[in-house]
Amino acid sequence: MLKTIPKACFIDNKYCPGCGHGIANRLVAEVLEEMGRDGDALAAIAVGCASLMPDTFGIDCVQAQHGRAAAVAVGMKRCRPDKLVFTYQGDGDALAIGFSETMYAAVRHENITVIFVNNGNFGMTGGQMAPTTLEGQRTTTSPRGRDVRTTGDPMNIMELLKPLDPAYLARGSMTSNAEILKTKKYIRTAFEAQERGVGYSFVEILSPCPTNWGLSAMDAVARIRAEVVPVYPLGEFVKKEGL
Amino acid sequence: MEKLVIRHEDWCKNCEFCIRSCPKGALSAAENRINAKGYPPVQVDYEKCIACGVCFNVCPDYVFEIAEVSGNG
Repeated sequence: MLKTIPKACFIDNKYCPGCGHGIANRLVAEVLEEMGRDGDALAAIAVGCASLMPDTFGIDCVQAQHGRAAAVAVGMKRCRPDKLVFTYQGDGDALAIGFSETMYAAVRHENITVIFVNNGNFGMTGGQMAPTTLEGQRTTTSPRGRDVRTTGDPMNIMELLKPLDPAYLARGSMTSNAEILKTKKYIRTAFEAQERGVGYSFVEILSPCPTNWGLSAMDAVARIRAEVVPVYPLGEFVKKEGL
Repeated sequence: MEKLVIRHEDWCKNCEFCIRSCPKGALSAAENRINAKGYPPVQVDYEKCIACGVCFNVCPDYVFEIAEVSGNG
């Protein structure tokens, strides 16, 4: 089978070696291209490593304020319901600073798609602790490991969104070829949910952050398999009928 | 015939995801040269490569393509 780089990935990306964002960008671009919607999709981009995306991604993007990507996407979708609108956010953006926007878009059943890349820390600012940081994980702001007695438990967004009756909820990872293909399928289903007007769709992607985890690219992938997936299980959590 | 092509050697950041994922062990990092980004780029052993496309799927830096080439390429 021939495989060519999607048109939207027209230039080399600016992410660190082994970063999962590169794969996530390509999967989104591939899905939109396969659906024939890469020409009229709109993205609201988060602040953080995700904000490197507009420079290297050939799909129309709006750079939202920190955490507000979901609110910006809702605005775009309400004005232009014919467009496929998605947000592309990291965990610091969507779950810490923009938690309210992420949740309220789901509460209102907004017909948008959220692509949420979870690498367990604030990557761009130097690896500070995020809501998704695992118990005991060392970051620059939790040098002795995250203490859940003072900082709370790692946030499992799937459990929080499930009762809000979303159209589609799924969590994929990037630990192998098979997992990457599954993640691509989740992204496709999420966009199809929006295309059919079923409601809020949300795909979380567990992504390696070798730079801030202090690991080699491959050790970071191994860490996801061994430590992250047991806390954040993979799969489809909500899939409305007909999707 | 379909063949693995290193389309953007200069985009390679030597994360080795492709090298570890290749089911045939056909990929390796170049030993004596570096690319424009300063990393030893990936290279293909065409004796082993079956053009399955796993490297394309796992590459975060869009280095590979599976392309149609005429003859032995």
